Amino acid sequence: MTSPLQQKLKITGPSVVTANRTWDGVVVYRTAAKTWSVELTDAAIVRNSDEAKALLAEAVADDVGAIGPYIAPVQVDASGKILPGNLREQIRRDGVTIGLSV
Amino acid sequence: MYAYDEIDRTLVNERVSEFRDQVQRRLSGELTEDEFKMLRLQNGVYLQLHAYMFRVAIPYGTLASNQLRALAHVARKYDRGYGHFTTRQNVQFNWIKLSDLPDALADLAEVGIHAMQTSGNNMRNVTSDQWAGVAPGEIEDPRIWSELIRQHTTLHPEFSFLPRKFKIAITASDHDRAAIKVHDIGLRLVRNEKGETGFEVLVGGGLGRTPFIGKTIKHFVHGRDLLSYIEAILRVYNQYGRRDNIYKARIKILVHELGIEKFSREVEEEWQHIRYSSLQIDDEVIEDIRSRFIYPAYEKLPHMPDELRQAAADPEFEAWRKNSVAAHKNPGYSIVTISLKPIGGPPGDATAEQMDALADLADKYSFGEIRVGHEQNLALPHVAKRDLPALWKALDKLGLATPNVNLITDIIACPGLDYCSLANARSIPIAQELTRRFANHELANLIGRLHINISGCINACGHHHVGHIGILGVEKNGEEVYQITIGGRADENAALGNLIGPGVKFDEVADVIEDIVEAYLALRERPEELFVDTVKRLGVEPFKERVYATR
Repeated sequence: MTSPLQQKLKITGPSVVTANRTWDGVVVYRTAAKTWSVELTDAAIVRNSDEAKALLAEAVADDVGAIGPYIAPVQVDASGKILPGNLREQIRRDGVTIGLSV
Repeated sequence: MYAYDEIDRTLVNERVSEFRDQVQRRLSGELTEDEFKMLRLQNGVYLQLHAYMFRVAIPYGTLASNQLRALAHVARKYDRGYGHFTTRQNVQFNWIKLSDLPDALADLAEVGIHAMQTSGNNMRNVTSDQWAGVAPGEIEDPRIWSELIRQHTTLHPEFSFLPRKFKIAITASDHDRAAIKVHDIGLRLVRNEKGETGFEVLVGGGLGRTPFIGKTIKHFVHGRDLLSYIEAILRVYNQYGRRDNIYKARIKILVHELGIEKFSREVEEEWQHIRYSSLQIDDEVIEDIRSRFIYPAYEKLPHMPDELRQAAADPEFEAWRKNSVAAHKNPGYSIVTISLKPIGGPPGDATAEQMDALADLADKYSFGEIRVGHEQNLALPHVAKRDLPALWKALDKLGLATPNVNLITDIIACPGLDYCSLANARSIPIAQELTRRFANHELANLIGRLHINISGCINACGHHHVGHIGILGVEKNGEEVYQITIGGRADENAALGNLIGPGVKFDEVADVIEDIVEAYLALRERPEELFVDTVKRLGVEPFKERVYATR
């Protein structure tokens, strides 16, 4: 499989790096402070391919902290709030769209 | 039930210790994710959207009550209080932590359950008819042979790095409840003219992005030759199966590209090298496995006890009985299917409380045994007919007596985009909405047997190709779009459904299905003509016209 760092990155808008935390699998986002946060609002925003590659490379290097990092689209509203850029990322942030069995 | 021996217990316990060490090394950073990924996959651990997903095998769909309680315990202690039963007699936990997995595996190992080979490019859980051993007219219990294959292929080094995953299903009844024609190898127990037990062997079935119905490669393989013949197939696949392209790596592609005649010649040639070897199975081996299946001490009970006669006056009981209760080989007993498809609920899910309570009911009414079917329902295989009314009342209190088995709301659905990292579209909310649309039992009964299958991507875990109505979710320009097929079936007359036309949006799916069903009700020649038979008679056109005339 091609390494995320070798993949061509096409950034068409504001994006973040997201992954799953290694020990528990929880969705996390890469921050500007080079840490992982469970809050999308803490995520570092990248706006072009070079920025995205750099953030992704730094995230990939933290193999113990989180797994499967990738670039995900986001939207930034007028107040600067970061929102998921598609349904998949919305579900990852908010949880399943169905009533759970419990 | 099958009684595991010391070898099985040692194997499972050693595997837990090994995985505990691997997890510890991963969490400490000694192993990278690249190094660890294959190890976790070989223990049924995937990474999904929100968390790790843990897939546990239920070999040939047979569970003891203490095993079901162990699954409930895992759901409660390590997950979010529920589990999801899949189309391949597995159960999945969706929210488990990697750090908890060794303990969860250890707890399951105490009752002989494991997750070996529930993922990875190896021989997956060997599945069978959930009514095995109790269905009337069965040639013999197919689980004996499933167990033989399980023992032979578990951790077999030659089959641990196949080009791609490999799935085997076995049936011994005329009516195929194991979907053998859509498996890599499908086995149907048959008898030859001498009365000897053997197998019709099918190969190259499968769904996913390139669906095929399995082809018969040999009409009769004697039971003693089963392992050598399967091994010959696997060797040919191992040698020629593609490893350069994951989308062309399944055996179905190899069989298709070589053609069944050439493929079977290759298998035959390989078979002659290994047929008369240690792979030939002695009768004693089969008898030893057979002796480890413990069958209940059935009582001689009346076919129509007073309890059942009296309960028949209750229309709600009768509605449930007609859809959920099937004939047993012993006339005083029944097979009871437990619907995991409540109206508005996610198909195939059961809470820890339901699992615990069902384990108690199995002890009380079914000799402590539960079965798991590929339709994502459970079954109690040995219920005395006199106990049916009491069992129904108990199930109803647990929310497990929805009278919809084999009806339109008995929907098979994959986890879809709500859970799965591969999915492009949601499956479960579509199923939930459809069950609400057809919640009226009289309407569902009027429609009759109709299987809806939903997949959230082309990998087809919801088996949409073989649904009477198949629904495939794809992503188009950032939106969920659903393609509808009709006329598929997964039984002994397995067929792939045909597309009715352009995909429809998420909000339109339930309306489209209603249109298709209304068209069927208007077009069928008589009430007994099943939906799938009407489609076979008329083709897709009348349904297509109905759906797209106003869209």
